[in-house]
Amino acid sequence: MQNTKNMRIPDFKLTVPVDQIGVEERAARFRTRSIKKESKLFALKLALQMVDLTTLEGMDSPGKVRQLCNKAMYPYEADPDIPKVAAICVYPNRVRLAAEILKGSGVHVASVATSFPSGMGTLESRIEEVKYAVDEGADEIDMVISRWAFLKGEYNYVFDEVATFKEACGPAHLKVILETGELETYENVRKASDIAIYAGADFIKTSTGKISPAATMPVTLVMLYAIRDYYLKTGSKIGMKPAGGIRDAKTALHYLAMVKETLGADWLTPDLFRFGASSLANDLLMQIIKQKTGQYQSPDYFSIG
Amino acid sequence: MSEKELTTRQNLRFDELWAYDPAPESPDYVKIEEQYNLFIDGKFQEPASGRYFETINPANEKLLSRVARADKSDLDKAVAAARKAYEGVWSKMPAKERGKYIYRIARLLQERAREFAILESMDTGKPIRESRDVDIPIVIAHFFYYAGWADKLKYAFPGVDPRPLGVAGQIIPWNFPLLMAAWKIAPALATGNTVVIKPASSTPLTLLRLGELIRDAGLPDGVVNIVTGPGEIGNAIANHPGIDKIAFTGSTEIGRTIQEASLRTGKKYTLELGGKAANIVFDDAPVEEAVEGIVNGIFFNQGHVCCAGSRLLVQEGVADELVHKLKMRMETLILGDPLDKNTDIGAINSKGQLDSILGYLTDGVESGLQIYQTKCQLPEKGFWCPPTLVENVSQAHRIVQEEVFGPVLTIQTFRTPEEAVSLANNTPYGLSGGIWTDKGSKIFKVGKGIRAGVIWANTFNKFDPTSPFGGYKESGMGREGGIHGLLPYLEISQ
Amino acid sequence: MSNRLNVLKTCKLYIGGKFSRSESEHFFQVPDKKQKPLANLCRASRKDLRNAIQVARKAQAGWAGRSAYNRGQILYRMAEMMEGRRDQFIAELERAVSSKRRAENEVDLAIDRLVHYAGWTDKYSALFSTVNPVASPHFNFSIPEPTGVAGIVAPDEQPLAALISLIAPVIAGGNVCVVLASEKYGSVACTLAEVIHSSDVPGGVVNVLTGFRADLVPHLAGHMDVNAVLFAADDPEQKKVIQENAHLNVKRVHFYEGTDWMKDDAQSPYYIIDFQEFKTTWHPVGT
Repeated sequence: MQNTKNMRIPDFKLTVPVDQIGVEERAARFRTRSIKKESKLFALKLALQMVDLTTLEGMDSPGKVRQLCNKAMYPYEADPDIPKVAAICVYPNRVRLAAEILKGSGVHVASVATSFPSGMGTLESRIEEVKYAVDEGADEIDMVISRWAFLKGEYNYVFDEVATFKEACGPAHLKVILETGELETYENVRKASDIAIYAGADFIKTSTGKISPAATMPVTLVMLYAIRDYYLKTGSKIGMKPAGGIRDAKTALHYLAMVKETLGADWLTPDLFRFGASSLANDLLMQIIKQKTGQYQSPDYFSIG
Repeated sequence: MSEKELTTRQNLRFDELWAYDPAPESPDYVKIEEQYNLFIDGKFQEPASGRYFETINPANEKLLSRVARADKSDLDKAVAAARKAYEGVWSKMPAKERGKYIYRIARLLQERAREFAILESMDTGKPIRESRDVDIPIVIAHFFYYAGWADKLKYAFPGVDPRPLGVAGQIIPWNFPLLMAAWKIAPALATGNTVVIKPASSTPLTLLRLGELIRDAGLPDGVVNIVTGPGEIGNAIANHPGIDKIAFTGSTEIGRTIQEASLRTGKKYTLELGGKAANIVFDDAPVEEAVEGIVNGIFFNQGHVCCAGSRLLVQEGVADELVHKLKMRMETLILGDPLDKNTDIGAINSKGQLDSILGYLTDGVESGLQIYQTKCQLPEKGFWCPPTLVENVSQAHRIVQEEVFGPVLTIQTFRTPEEAVSLANNTPYGLSGGIWTDKGSKIFKVGKGIRAGVIWANTFNKFDPTSPFGGYKESGMGREGGIHGLLPYLEISQ
Repeated sequence: MSNRLNVLKTCKLYIGGKFSRSESEHFFQVPDKKQKPLANLCRASRKDLRNAIQVARKAQAGWAGRSAYNRGQILYRMAEMMEGRRDQFIAELERAVSSKRRAENEVDLAIDRLVHYAGWTDKYSALFSTVNPVASPHFNFSIPEPTGVAGIVAPDEQPLAALISLIAPVIAGGNVCVVLASEKYGSVACTLAEVIHSSDVPGGVVNVLTGFRADLVPHLAGHMDVNAVLFAADDPEQKKVIQENAHLNVKRVHFYEGTDWMKDDAQSPYYIIDFQEFKTTWHPVGT
């Protein structure tokens, strides 16, 4: 964990200016990066290792979760060179099952909590949910912030809730979902990122996946800037997780180019960067096999997660 | 960030782990003739002298082609063809038909955009990302824009009856060869003038290809004539009695001689000359976007841009953070093969230009300036200059006063808006200026204070056919683009 | 006529809102139309010219910074002052160059022309400014701004009409000027300077020099702090001097020689635009 002794908490009433058009132009520029050959294969495998394979539906039965866990461990059994994904991400009541299946595999178990996706539960119930998920075996908690409080300007409320959930996490890592699609402006995204980071987040995450727009490149870039500024000030590295809307390998590689050119090589690891996604994994796999064999692939040959 | 925080600042690693593999556009797609002739009266014609000069790829010094060396008699022929076309066809044609020809050029260019982009990068050394995403799209847009003006001129200027001038002589530079050609040809044709145009001798290929396209578009013979050759031909154009109007883009030094010749011969003239723009960053600016704007302002096209933001003026309170972030950003700039899609910084356009840039840097070192350059590897062949910062300069330094026309940014700090404006204006130039602040009223105040023709606030180096471009003071006169861009090609009388 | 001895007026230079003799103390005599001595005029030196350009430069920002409304009122005030001196101008023109009827026409036209330009100060910008629909998400607009310091070389013919037709569009647009008056009829310019002086025009905005073009034009043409030259004299030799030197600092040059300033259409906003620079500003549109 970061050294908080000398940390000066910024005044969140102050706004870090972000120019919408400028940041969107910058983000679009990463889309012009052309990733070829070896560098492409490397990045595809890296991206696969960064996937938080996710299912967050009311219809998530134990059977569905079992399937997902197996996909996480053996994305493409035909090729032993293919790495595992970083984690699976489920609701708290499926954590125990997932933890059992994944035990010893190296795949992390992430659970959403804190009245996901709205965050509109009582503080007590939200804390209980965090503790429950950790007790069931989750080693990563994906929380949601109270957007109503943030948009009302009650920044201390949001800061305190993040700090409280962080404490409730114990040894588990905390990912803080900002739900950027509800924050409207990039300056809000930046402010919410700063609040989450200073309150103790290990990761900041764009979205629940339940609100459109979910992750976008410019939103992620603004969050990467917040992470970078925090690192430049404190030397501590916070992770980033764009979630929702990243469905194809090409987009994932552009995200990686953005991470590389904004935060540098140190962040090109599942410890500090994740993709919250479900269908992305198979597209990455298809592209990996295409790179290896030269043949364009069909989804029929890749198992559904 | 405070000074104390700066001391704990960590450095990020941008050069390790994951390097992009080469992703070049294939030059094979573009067929380059061994030799190009002059485009006069709708035909490619051999020069009277029978002599040709070489044009090379500045990224690898390889010969691209040989291009006709025009002399005075060739120019006479081109002017005569333009005059004949003006009097016989172009000025008599219904304006809407004229417009349709220009639309045709735009469409044909759209179809062949990638070909033109590759060729432009080969001949100039600019990255394909720029020729593909900036130069050629704006070329096309420019023809589209002015095509539409052809039959609407009577609405452009209230109370007057605008008429074409006759034959326009146009002289264009090597930094944006096709773009500058479009900026000149499109409004000239739309207003009913015919054209004799001369590209820079180091970058003639895209304009010659445009000549082929214009021929293929079926434009009447002689409406556009292209003469290639040395600088003297430009001078001859400026002095030619058969030419009614001069449009010149290039250095202020040459611009002066063009103005002198035009005044003496009574020609109407417009000049787009040099610049030494200040890019002013206030402490309330969106810093990350400002860094991007600074990079785009000075490293776009290797700094071969007359409106480049070559002087960074940064308010003291944000200077350390900004410069640190600028340096980090510079480490991620990829220098190399202009045809590689990932290249951010291409080749310097010519040996001569490289020597000139390096001369400024050598002088700077000798006068004790701190020069910071990125760690990128330079290719062995070709002409290259890494992105460069010159820190702690003062207004008196030559590198702050003169146009370097390369990827070299000087950095000065200031304390108050008034000081920033006076530093910005302390130059004979007045082409452009940049302002970065989150405060709207400050943009208007400072923007008004800067004596320059283009102000980019919270952005930089943006161009659009609808937007007039041109300088104050020694940066030139007249505007290109927009409704104002028509005026230099029209006789206005009540 | 009484036997009273009339008081003769000393014609001086008008520099920086003050009337002064030439620093050289040189003068020259101009005859009236009957070739009798009309007046002694100061023969401005190059130092006088330099001083005038200096004070003009100092006055420029302030004048350009006035509201367009205010500039219009000041130009209108000039017209009022001219109207008050209508008879004087007529008499002077008649004595110097003209018939009474022509002199009356010229004075009336000059006053009306001033009123015309007074009305333009807050309108030409709206006429020539544009909001440009760029393809990117930016707000983009172009507005005219004054070129700066202009040198005006006045013709001999139609001396008052020409002076007003040349000065008014320049100052209406927020520029300042240094005027080299007609060599022959500089006395009219001196009287006009008095009008300017009493019309709320800030000192330095209009500076009037009498003297010889051959003394002054070369220094005007080559002066590095003059942004524009407006040449209306029928003087090929001095025109050549402008042609050969204006490029030293890329001056804006407009030749108006041969213009019939008495014509109705010798006035238009396009004369104002000749001494305007267009500034285009870009700004992103976002939240």
